[in-house]
Amino acid sequence: MQDAFFCRGSNETVLFVQDKEDGMEHGDEWDEWSHGKTLTKPPDQLELTEAELNETFTRILTATNPHAPQNIVRYSFKKRSYKPISAVDQMAVHFVLEGNLLYKDSDEARRQMAKQGLPAVIFVVFGSACIGFTQATPGEDAAEMEEVEEEDRPDSAASKTGKKEQKLTNQINFCERASQTLNNPPRERNCQTEPPPRCNFSAIANQWEIYDAYVEELQKQEKNKEKQKAIPSKKDDEDDDRGKKKMILMETQTQSDDLCKMAKATKILERMVNQNIYGDLAIDFKYYEDCSDEFREQEGTLLPLWKFQCDKAKKLTVTALCWNKKYQDLFAAGMGSYDFSKQGRGVLVFYTLKNSSFPEYIYPTNCGIMCLDIHEQVSYLVAVGFYDGCVAVYNLKEDGQQPVYQSTAKTGKHTDPVWQVRWQNDDMDGNHNFYSVSSDGRVVSWTLVKNELVSTDIIKLTMEGVPHLSTASFDFHKQINHLFLVGTQEGKIHKCFKTYSSQYLETYDAHTLAVDAVKWNHFHPKVFISCSSDWTVKIWDHTINTPMFTFELYAAVGDVAWAPYSSTVFAAVTVNGKVHIFDLNVNKYEAICQQQVVAKKTKLTHIEFNLVHPLIIVGDDQGYITSFKLSPNLRKQPKVRQSSLSRLTDVMPMQI
Amino acid sequence: MAATGEGKKEEADYKRLHSFPLIRHTDMPEEMRVETMELCVTACEKFATNNESAAKMIKESMDKKFGSSWHVVIGEGFGFEVTHEVKNLLYMFFGGSLAVCVWKCS
Repeated sequence: MQDAFFCRGSNETVLFVQDKEDGMEHGDEWDEWSHGKTLTKPPDQLELTEAELNETFTRILTATNPHAPQNIVRYSFKKRSYKPISAVDQMAVHFVLEGNLLYKDSDEARRQMAKQGLPAVIFVVFGSACIGFTQATPGEDAAEMEEVEEEDRPDSAASKTGKKEQKLTNQINFCERASQTLNNPPRERNCQTEPPPRCNFSAIANQWEIYDAYVEELQKQEKNKEKQKAIPSKKDDEDDDRGKKKMILMETQTQSDDLCKMAKATKILERMVNQNIYGDLAIDFKYYEDCSDEFREQEGTLLPLWKFQCDKAKKLTVTALCWNKKYQDLFAAGMGSYDFSKQGRGVLVFYTLKNSSFPEYIYPTNCGIMCLDIHEQVSYLVAVGFYDGCVAVYNLKEDGQQPVYQSTAKTGKHTDPVWQVRWQNDDMDGNHNFYSVSSDGRVVSWTLVKNELVSTDIIKLTMEGVPHLSTASFDFHKQINHLFLVGTQEGKIHKCFKTYSSQYLETYDAHTLAVDAVKWNHFHPKVFISCSSDWTVKIWDHTINTPMFTFELYAAVGDVAWAPYSSTVFAAVTVNGKVHIFDLNVNKYEAICQQQVVAKKTKLTHIEFNLVHPLIIVGDDQGYITSFKLSPNLRKQPKVRQSSLSRLTDVMPMQI
Repeated sequence: MAATGEGKKEEADYKRLHSFPLIRHTDMPEEMRVETMELCVTACEKFATNNESAAKMIKESMDKKFGSSWHVVIGEGFGFEVTHEVKNLLYMFFGGSLAVCVWKCS
């Protein structure tokens, strides 16, 4: 339906067409707002010139109807004459349309609603158009027409069924606006929880099973009763503490059993963690080679790898190092003190390269350890010499922190610190035995017989007028079993024979201070090396009593070690924190590597070569053990044709 | 006669000795285990002749105490393989001839 407003402005006629869609035509009111009001010109609009447009018309609107008759007369019976009537009806009717509004409570409306199936309560207004106006000037060509339109039409009622009581809107300037917002896209989110863990269980219940279970339980109970009886009876015999102790012991045993089940797993895990933490070190150990060695002719370098330390060994000096011959990654370190005024506890620790953060085994001792040796064949037996003169043997397979064998004053222990222990081949009865040397001047052989240590004095070192000499180190000849060297604190080295206990075969005036280490060459049967606090390292042929080589290292030498891979290579550590490595085949006068490996104040005490890997371990007086990888120049293997022996012979000075 | 007398005595002994509850297998926590065991004992003693009622009682009490879906089997001879929620299984003998299996699985 269209409402048209015809407006006659001063000079322009426009037709406003308001597109008033009713529900019937468009169904929804969606378009109503969007169309707005459009301006359309009727085709028959007058075209006026400018002058005509500017022309002014004056009109006076009055309420009198021009068509109304003014000469109506009526006969007056009172006056008995015709009289004109002044009051004339001014109203003129132009258009009449019968309305179809119904009162909704009326019968008619009800009937219609029933017909359309509408509920009676719905408010329906039937609209109509009724126009009436008073025309002031009959000649007027334009008429103002206003149509009152009802919002709801009967024919729109059907569309309203769904909507309840719609609010009546203002017809003049009502406008409805809507905007559509973006709908958020729906997303699915879900999570799944783990179901409670389940497991299966199966059993068979029958009479004999039940009976057996009860009988077993009863027997167990009886045993417990007996035990309980046994404990109080023991109490009577001995003191009360014993029984309690036993109970506690039993409890701890069962507890430790529970933990033991996890021991292996935790060990593996610990090593895995360590491998993760020190993964780069492991890779260096395996693969890194110092490339710069190719450009240096002779010199080599040491690559620091793992550093071993343990809280229990803090502030103690590393007094002994020894690799395990069977497990090449395992080594033992003895901790104690060389300072005679600071003696105290000691500790024996075993480290593996696979776990540098914590020792594999720890054995705390009451007295400082001075030396140790791991048995070559029976790699779980470790001989240890203490500062108080005791020797002991630890068995790694046994639980507990105590040694399996220990010397006592009764069994002939040394009276002075034991400076070196060394395992020997088993004797004829198949008993393990080892030698020890102490500053009381005795060299003692110890034999492990069942559960005790049996001692035999091999030699008592004497010198004219002096009852005994204090020995500091010794080493057995690699091939000739009976031959061994003893270094003394006076600086002498004696060549001795096990069987001639009364005298020495030879005495070398080796050093002016104590001989710290003396070691036979691994390859050449005649050559040995010695080092001393008098700053020198000397190499000897045992048949000649003057040294073949003398090297001055400008600091007290703590230890020397022959390399296991070449007869001409040896390493020495000095108290100023340096490691010196010599290869006589390369340079007879100077070290091919001289490297400061710890702080200058730290004294290096011991050095050992690993038997298979190009690795050395160095112990210092702070309780640290550091491992180094030898660069390629430091571990030149002898050529195949030239045996190690001949090589060393070649480099020996001719004058000898 | 003597033999039968002895047999009777033995039986009596057996009954007396074997009357205690014997937990055969369980993975319950201590507190729960004790409670469940006591409940089983109570139920079995209350319904000494009717295992079904005993089982029903145990099941219903367990459902109330420890949440739903408990299962109970009581009998003198049976075999079973069950899936149970971890820490919710108790298998015990009682009274010398009864086996009680209580487990939870939903």
